[in-house]
Order: sequence, then structure tokens, then C-alpha cells
Amino acid sequence: MSSDTVTGTDANFEAEVLQSPLPVLVDFWAAWCGPCRMIAPAVDKIAADFKGRLKIVKVDVDQNMKAAERYGVMSIPTLILFKAGKAEETVVGVLPEARLAEIVSKHLA
Amino acid sequence: MSEAWDVVIVGAGPAGLAAAVYAGRARRRTVVLEKTVPGGQILLADRVENFPGYPDGVEPRSLMESFKAHVLKFGAVIERAEAKTVRPAASGWIVSCDRGDFAGRAVLIATGSVYRKLGVPGEAELAGRGVSYCATCDGAFFRDRTVSVVGGGNNALSEALYLSRLARKVILIHRRDAFRAERIIQERVFTSPAIEILRDTVIAGIEGRGRLESLSLRNVKSGAASALPVDGLFISIGTVPSTEIVRGLVELNEWGQIKVGPSFATSREGLFAAGDVTDACPPQLATAVGSGVHAALAVEDYLSRS
Repeated sequence: MSSDTVTGTDANFEAEVLQSPLPVLVDFWAAWCGPCRMIAPAVDKIAADFKGRLKIVKVDVDQNMKAAERYGVMSIPTLILFKAGKAEETVVGVLPEARLAEIVSKHLA
Repeated sequence: MSEAWDVVIVGAGPAGLAAAVYAGRARRRTVVLEKTVPGGQILLADRVENFPGYPDGVEPRSLMESFKAHVLKFGAVIERAEAKTVRPAASGWIVSCDRGDFAGRAVLIATGSVYRKLGVPGEAELAGRGVSYCATCDGAFFRDRTVSVVGGGNNALSEALYLSRLARKVILIHRRDAFRAERIIQERVFTSPAIEILRDTVIAGIEGRGRLESLSLRNVKSGAASALPVDGLFISIGTVPSTEIVRGLVELNEWGQIKVGPSFATSREGLFAAGDVTDACPPQLATAVGSGVHAALAVEDYLSRS
């Protein structure tokens, strides 16, 4: 994980995501989720490519159901892009890295 | 033009990886292109119980890690790249990807398939809001809730069993009377106290505001319509072959699968296909492996003659 990637929890979600000065891509995942492993390299690549412009917060839903419930996450992987504390876009399921990068770029423009 | 390969394999599922083991051992310069991570759809399964040699079952992740290690041991390369198109070249084929072109004397399409959608109103709107295509991914969100599974094959019944360990109640909906799943799986479903079965029933619509609330059902024999309140719906009604990259290039059958002869050759010379993207492979792990091996032998025969 790069320094722009942090582990999100129910306890730090407010501080790390909602109060973040940088836009945040939240990756809701779990260890038992095959597709979460499929999308993980793409999320790591996004973290590297958008370093300094985007923060990645990985939330393990097994330990942090509250954060997942609050944003209606019922399928994983779910990625939600937050800007200034507001959920701007939600992506459910595995997307190729290029399409994920397009979505992120659109919100960072 | 980037490096030229003897064999370019598109897709690192069981078929593509099995083919790569053989191509590597034939000392052919081999690359496997994978848009996400190696393993394929089997990674979505809870556990593999019917792969010969594993009487106690095996976790799909560890099994596919071994496949990958086996491929790398014998010299093939696995690249993360999303194939977009395949086109003929002077000496073989070119696979164009999001990160450059891969030229191969022979190309093996092992792109597999993706889950089939029901195609009813409400499905797209409520996907990820109670509608799911993967019980092992999303089952935990429905602990002690009521969920429904639609389908009649191995996957559907395995998902129902998996969910029966988490949910309060599982309602299995099937459009026919008889199930296609292995008898051993059917027996487990029929004896599970947590699973209720609705036969001869189809889902006509999926309703809910913001999240799934209920299903509109229709009995195909009586025509009777009904509503079923559920918290989750798991759709497991088979797959659609992923043939976008060879559209217009090779012959497909009526189901959209690539037509291959007994040697897993397509209608174009030097272009092969294996696994459940073809018309010659039941959607099973072991058959995918077998077809990958079969195709790799055909590729080797082709390369040694051309």
C-alpha cells in the first residue's frame, strides 16, 4: 500500500473520508470476496497513478458493517468516490483499471 | 510492434492457464493476457468439491494460485492487459490490448463467460441494492434475513446452500420442475430446513425503492401471479460467453459460443479457443482444464507444421 492508502474503519470513517481535503476513493471489500481480489490490483494502480490527488481508503466490511450500511453497500466490491464529504459516484463490481481511471479522472478534473 | 510470441493466450482462467502449462513445456514463447487477476470465474465459488484429486474439496483461490505457479514454473508469462480486438497479421494474429499489441503465431481465446442477467424490470436499478450475482461476495450482508436464489444448476443450488448457513430463510426459485444440478447437491438442498423451493416459477419483476423489497412472481403452469417480499435476490441462471474480441472474426453457434472442432480450432487458421467460451466445454473446472490442454496440443501441432 502506498502512503495515500489507508485502512478505513467505522471509527475513522468521518476523519479519513468525510473530512478529507483530498477526494477519496473508498474500496469496500472483504477477505472472502473473490471479485474484491480481482479489482485490488486496479485500485492499487489508481493509488499510484493519482498519488497526491486522491486518497484511497480500504474498508473491510467484515469488521466495519456500520460504514457499509450507512452507504447502502450490499454487494462488494463497491467503490465510492467522495468529494468534500459527499458520495459522488458509486461503482459496484469489477471494472477494468482503464474504466476505473476514467471515472476517477472525471471527478478530479 | 512489441515482442512476438509463439502463443498468445487470452484469459487466465482454468482453460487458459492449463493451456499455458502445456505451451510452456513445449518450449513455446507463451504469454497469457488477463484483465484482472488470474483464476477466472471459479474464484467466485465457495469451495470446489468436484475437481478430481481433491476428495475434501479445495478453496478456489489456493487452487488457482497453484495453477498460476505451475504456469510460471514452465516459462509462460502472465501479463495484466485487457484484450480489445484480434486481427490477422502477416505471420499469425495480433491481439490489441489497452496496453499495447501482442503478436502471436497462434492465438488461443480462453475468455470464458460472464453471468447472465435475468433481463426483468428493476434488475439494473437494484443491482448492488439487494440484487446480487455472487453469494460468496454478498451473502454476509444478508445474515438472518430472507433471501431468494433464482436458477436450477450447480451454481444456483450451491449458492442456496451457502446462503442457508447465513440467512434466516432461502427461497429457491426455478422456472422448471426438475433441477439440472448434480444429484448430490440436490439432495442437500432438499433436506435443508432453511431452504424453501418454488418450482415452475419465474421472476417477472424486481421491486423496491432504493433497495430490494419484493419480487413479482408468476407460476408458469397456472399463470398465477404473486409477490414475494425478500431482502436479497441472488441471480444464478448461467452465463454468456465473452466473445466481444472476436466478433465478426469466427463462427459462433446459436448460444453465442465459439464453434470449435474436436481440436478446439476455430473457423480461422491459427486461431484456437478453449473453455466455456466454446461450444465444446461444459461449464466445469475439470472440463475447462481438459479443453485448455486439448487446445494447447492442437496449437503445438499447428506450430510444428507451419
